[in-house]
Amino acid sequence: MLYWQCPRDPSLYLYEQSRNCDGPQIQAATDEGKQVQRGGFALAGLRELMKEDTRQTDKRPGAQPQTLPQTLFAKIWDGHKVAQTTAGADLIAIDRVFLHERTGASALRNMAATGRKVRDPGRVFAVTDHIVDTRPGRTDKTLMTGGQSFITDTRAACEEAGIRLFDVHDKMQGITHVISPELGIILPGLTLVAPDSHTCTQGAFGALTWGIGSSEAEHAMVTGTLRLERPKTMRVTFTGTLAPGVTAKDMALHLISEHSTGGGAGHAVEFAGEAVSALDMEARMTLCNMAIEFGAFGGFIAPDLKTFAYLGGRRYAPREWSSPYWRTLKSDEDAVFDREITIDASQIAPMVSWGTSPEQAIAVNAKVPAGPERAHNYIGLEEGVQLAGTPIDVAFIGSCTNSRISDLRRAAAIVEGRKISPHIRKALVVPGSMDVKRHAEREGLDKIFEAAGFEWRMSGCSLCFYAGGEGFPENSRTISSTNRNFEGRQGPRIKTHIASPETVAASAIAGAIADPRDFAPKGGKT
Amino acid sequence: MTPFPQPLIAKAAPLMADNVDTDLIIPSREIKTTGRTGLAEGMFAPWRYADPITRAENPDFILNHADYRQAQILAVGANFGCGSSREHAVWALAEFGIKAIIGESFGSIFRGNCVRNGVLPITLDRAIVEALGGHDVTIDLAAQTVSFKGQSHAFAIDSEAKEMLAHGLDAIDLSLTQADAIDAWTDADRAARPWVYLEQA
Repeated sequence: MLYWQCPRDPSLYLYEQSRNCDGPQIQAATDEGKQVQRGGFALAGLRELMKEDTRQTDKRPGAQPQTLPQTLFAKIWDGHKVAQTTAGADLIAIDRVFLHERTGASALRNMAATGRKVRDPGRVFAVTDHIVDTRPGRTDKTLMTGGQSFITDTRAACEEAGIRLFDVHDKMQGITHVISPELGIILPGLTLVAPDSHTCTQGAFGALTWGIGSSEAEHAMVTGTLRLERPKTMRVTFTGTLAPGVTAKDMALHLISEHSTGGGAGHAVEFAGEAVSALDMEARMTLCNMAIEFGAFGGFIAPDLKTFAYLGGRRYAPREWSSPYWRTLKSDEDAVFDREITIDASQIAPMVSWGTSPEQAIAVNAKVPAGPERAHNYIGLEEGVQLAGTPIDVAFIGSCTNSRISDLRRAAAIVEGRKISPHIRKALVVPGSMDVKRHAEREGLDKIFEAAGFEWRMSGCSLCFYAGGEGFPENSRTISSTNRNFEGRQGPRIKTHIASPETVAASAIAGAIADPRDFAPKGGKT
Repeated sequence: MTPFPQPLIAKAAPLMADNVDTDLIIPSREIKTTGRTGLAEGMFAPWRYADPITRAENPDFILNHADYRQAQILAVGANFGCGSSREHAVWALAEFGIKAIIGESFGSIFRGNCVRNGVLPITLDRAIVEALGGHDVTIDLAAQTVSFKGQSHAFAIDSEAKEMLAHGLDAIDLSLTQADAIDAWTDADRAARPWVYLEQA
């Protein structure tokens, strides 16, 4: 296993990430600390970033001279404020727009019909992820009736507008929020929007990223801006250390279950604290991914060395991090937030949803609490029953929440040397991108999953949601590494329990909702 | 976009469940074309139809009652329109004829999508929303009031959304009036953060 090594403090090893195959490698080290690779990445720039200096060096119009301590949110927002609208909203510059095939063609076609053009096509990207087939040997044809036209229309519209499309057969195709970081499209300090609610995922890189509708996507492409009311600020601090077997997914579900799906409404949420700093970039994406389920305008984490090391050498990332600008991207020590929440990370257990909203989630070893009658009826679990041990029919590992290489490794560690329960009617692993897929195959993870009884798929959003094509067996109960357990989300009458990939893997083996801590890895590969 | 009626008077259809997500308002399988029309039929399909395939109606669903088949106002619970960012949810509601939604709270992306499509989202205390369901309600956007049964309640709305709705403004046209400011900002930014700017495909 390779780890990234901090150039200033050799004792600091950073968890290895899914590397972009076509990018140069930065300095890396083995477990023993021996340098093994060195590439075209400017280490001097990285060293500069280590210096403690948050002085305001942003010279752009709109950037405020720093007199009072500022939040990271305020620095990025004010740095992107172009003007005020006549009604007093802010006109905020948008650095990146990312479209997908489900709504991309619609937005581009509508724009063309009104005689408008994309202002800067070089900063707009598109991908086929939402309804693309994930079975091996796929084509433009989708299992959803009529889905093909969404793909072909998007392709034609992107070509016409001069927009880069990561198409069905592109080797970097994958879920928007997986490939955008893989390609270095998201960068610290940027504003990025996409017509997908889980765009908040990319806030993990210290950027303001949020989901929008099609009209807003058009507005951002045509004007390079969005008209926005400034959200309030919130900091969610996770203190302490996560217990073994507990993940970023559990942190997110814990937060939402404690503070409700409306808890973050109207707020831009910064995640902070030692338990957040300790997360690798992929886990940070998982945490930020669920910010929308918390009702937040966006979720983000101040960039640190892990962030810059992850992005170094990626296709669209800068070749060096030498600008002092990057150093300003953190909340100042005395910055005041409109709201603060503190959570002791050491008290979090593996979480599983019991109901039909992400806030209806409990520790895997807890009993189902009293909730809305409608939720109990839909999910078929009464108050007071033990959640663990509930038989399941389907296991799904995938989605923009949990489909990256580290997710697959952790799930595979549980699955290796075991078989899924004969009760399971369908078990799927859908890698978040083709790059993740190749990476996993090089490590033999596909073989581990297949030997256990999982299907191994091409990348895409797949059955995170039901689009009318492929579905789960009728009335089935699923355990899923996804983000939403809404009524009908994965199909009519399908009962969804959301959890970490580890918990999904353990439950697939058990044939019932299970505590991943009861499944010690059998194989040697982690 | 047509300006919001001044005033809007209609009977509010009570739909008080919490966390009604956009998948429920318009399931993905009901989005069959890349266009923005023809979506009203799929609106609330899981609740509205006893059989979503044959479209046999569920007689218990509120919008299937004679009084609400042409409803223009919905009275909803907390976090209405949460979930997927699909604007199709608002396009479907607007095509059906919904002009205002009064609720305890809304999903943030959905709320923005409403304003862009001439649908007025109004946030009021749950007790008031529960009380007005099933009654004739008068919405005065200019005065920012909701009135029913002789009572009147003020609601808050940011001035940007109010202006857009009241005059039926096109947001893109409006922003393009500030094109000079956008160009100036972009030029300065290109010098300050050159890495942001990429070559065209």
